[in-house]
Amino acid sequence: MSRGTFVRLGIALVSGTLFGLGLAISGMIDPRKVLGFLDLFGAWDPSLIGVMVTAIPLTYLFYRLSGRRSASLTGRPFPPPPALPIDRRLILGAAIFGLGWGLAGLCPGPALEALAFDARAMVFVTAMASGMILHHAINRSRRP
Amino acid sequence: MDVYFHLTGHPGLDGIANGAIGGVLIGLAAGLLMLGNGRIAGISGFFAGMTGQVPPTWKEDFLFLLGLPVGGALFALWRGEPHLLLPDSPWLLASAGFLVGFGARMANGCTSGHTICGLARLSPRSLVATAIFMASAIATVAVEKWL
Repeated sequence: MSRGTFVRLGIALVSGTLFGLGLAISGMIDPRKVLGFLDLFGAWDPSLIGVMVTAIPLTYLFYRLSGRRSASLTGRPFPPPPALPIDRRLILGAAIFGLGWGLAGLCPGPALEALAFDARAMVFVTAMASGMILHHAINRSRRP
Repeated sequence: MDVYFHLTGHPGLDGIANGAIGGVLIGLAAGLLMLGNGRIAGISGFFAGMTGQVPPTWKEDFLFLLGLPVGGALFALWRGEPHLLLPDSPWLLASAGFLVGFGARMANGCTSGHTICGLARLSPRSLVATAIFMASAIATVAVEKWL
């Protein structure tokens, strides 16, 4: 393994670990907290506004900083600007995602992290993988 | 479901402050992954790579995903096990997971890729996706409570 690859793998692990710590501290790992945030017309819990208020601007600053460079620190080029259209797939997909998110209070990151604490998260994660596999299968058969 | 850091003594403000501290770590994580590796921290996309056509980046994607429970375990060593309570019904967990997986692939991203990274990239697609899945999730919770 080259040194570059090793550094890249290390950065990925450190980044994932920081992300997981952030999800735990903010309470996003707890479905009750997320459902409280989504309960806008009930006993609304605004805590998760705090996550967006810091996470998004900080990410934006890092992205701006990255934009000044020609490539990432490990040499890989940055992704091109978003080019896909706002289409029916995006809208319908987001609506379906929201339905699932609102049902259990889990999105992919917290669900994967919850595997460390509650075996029931495996039910969610397995079903999530099936949903992805089915989407992949449908999509492939549609394309000639 | 108490907060971990009591900064102001006011439960509502402390909730937002704890969210903000977590958000700083999430922002550092997403920022580091872009600056260091040139990658958008899209968790559903990384996970999808493990279920379908495996991308050439799978090793680093897998390590990022592995970092999530590792971060949780570090938190547990530091502050005790994080508060979390999953819904009891396996049927509900399974249907929710299925919808989340299918929808995230169809929309090409989830709360991390669209809401954190996409909004930070000022992507109009991510703004639309975020608005729709928030509205859809809020409506789901409202209907569930009403039923």
